[in-house]
Amino acid sequence: MFSYCSDPSSLQGLSWLSCYLTTGKHMLFYGSFGTVIALLLVTAPVALLFGFGGATAARSHIVPLRWFGKGYTAIARGIPDIAFFLFFVIALDQAFEWMRHKVKCPDWEEPVRQGNDFVVCKIAKLPLSSSAQWVHEAYGFSLAVLTFSIVFGAFAAIVLYGAMQAVPRAQIETAESYGMTRRQTFWRIIVPQMWIFALPGLSNLWMILIKATPLLFLLGVEDIVYWARELGGLKTSIYSYPHPDWRLWYFLGLLVFYLGLTRVSEIILGRLTARLSRGQATIAGNNQRKAAS
Amino acid sequence: MTCLETIQAYGLRSIGIGERLLPKSDFTLCDQFTLIGSGLIWNVYFGFISLVIGFFLATGVALAKNADSPFIRKPAELFVFVFRGSPLFIQFFLAYELFVLLPKVGIDINLGFTEITAETRWLTRAWLGAVIVLILNTTAYTGEIFYGALRSVPMGDIEAADAYGLTGWPRFKRIVWPTMLRLAWPAYTNEAIFLFHATALVYFSGFPAWRQKGDALYYANYFADKTFNPFIPYPILAFYFILVVLGIIGLFGVINRRLNRHLPQERQKKLKIRPQIIR
Repeated sequence: MFSYCSDPSSLQGLSWLSCYLTTGKHMLFYGSFGTVIALLLVTAPVALLFGFGGATAARSHIVPLRWFGKGYTAIARGIPDIAFFLFFVIALDQAFEWMRHKVKCPDWEEPVRQGNDFVVCKIAKLPLSSSAQWVHEAYGFSLAVLTFSIVFGAFAAIVLYGAMQAVPRAQIETAESYGMTRRQTFWRIIVPQMWIFALPGLSNLWMILIKATPLLFLLGVEDIVYWARELGGLKTSIYSYPHPDWRLWYFLGLLVFYLGLTRVSEIILGRLTARLSRGQATIAGNNQRKAAS
Repeated sequence: MTCLETIQAYGLRSIGIGERLLPKSDFTLCDQFTLIGSGLIWNVYFGFISLVIGFFLATGVALAKNADSPFIRKPAELFVFVFRGSPLFIQFFLAYELFVLLPKVGIDINLGFTEITAETRWLTRAWLGAVIVLILNTTAYTGEIFYGALRSVPMGDIEAADAYGLTGWPRFKRIVWPTMLRLAWPAYTNEAIFLFHATALVYFSGFPAWRQKGDALYYANYFADKTFNPFIPYPILAFYFILVVLGIIGLFGVINRRLNRHLPQERQKKLKIRPQIIR
């Protein structure tokens, strides 16, 4: 990074540290914080979409669709999240490969499961064994996003289902008396009004999502936990920057990062709650009205 | 091997009793059920110990958070913020690295009249190190729940206690504490379920499984890795977890009824179970 970094062994004190903290691997480490933020920013809307779908399905009048919605919310309740993460990544991967296998190699004779092996034809492999490194990484990351979205979608579905039920009955009756259909009532009355009821649950979910991001490490993505272990470990003198086991300090850094993220989210969500309470027939909304007049 | 022999060989494998080598190939359903169930012993152990100890510590944290003096209140607030604001996963890693750095032989503590040696080598093992992290973590979460309940103890109850001449410790023990527990109980049930789920993280976060003595998820993951088939071991794991969660709900429901037994029927709060998952 800096010009004086060419010979690390001659450096001392602060200049050593400044060179150490700007090596290529450290740059990748800093970049992986971006990976975590990207995961959060992509997962949150997708999970919200899944949750909306799940909640709508759970309210449906069509029986199989309702069962699907109820089942989707039920899976998330009894089982540890980490088991989900380990399960879905392999299961989704195999499902995609199996589907491609069926389409691309219809005349394949052997069974897909041979004892302990899962075998699909070569051109159905995902990603193709000939593709570049970044394709492999991108595929791993998108599997992780999909897994997070499925699991958190189930929780969002629980929250949104409750919020839809919480919209005051009088509002829906008014809509019915105006002759609105079920669909119109849903889109024009329930959906715009449910957000204030969903917000406490959704902000709780956001906090949980933040705290779930280190699980990326278990899904094989090179995230901050991976790099903290990698960089912090004991480096003997064959490395250019030898140091003892510093993993404790790296993990302390991660702890501070997460605490900061939590604090910032708390402040932003507090403001959002105040904004959404405006004009609502709730205690918070009433208090705002009184304060203004 | 018949299924009965498998159970004899692997039923207590996770605590080091029975066959040493794990099955290597030709896994039967019985193998998977037995080993994953054997691992569940650890989950129950982690969950039980940290809940029991965390319960008493959390009462202390709730009282400290409610204290008037900032010298007591601020540290409690900081403790709760740190443990609730960061992922349990990171806490496990951090604690493990910290325990590894401690000297292996033990620390001599000079008490003036005598010298004792604090054993530190067990701290890097999951049965002690992970339990300490889980205790601190559940103390923070439960402390926050109890604090909320403590704030909503009805003023009338306190006034009635004053009228009877109850003050200090007797008032706390006989009036404030039972009411606090009664109010906090539904949320605390969720916390117990939530903590039990969190025990599955132990062997995936720094703490190594010594001699392949792991928890239920460790064995489920072992089978999934060996067979490339996640569709059998993880549902078995889910089955076991749901069983234990049902057990927790039953047990806490009994306590809930006892805490509420003086109230008229329709005012008794039914437990609503809405477990969260990740911390």
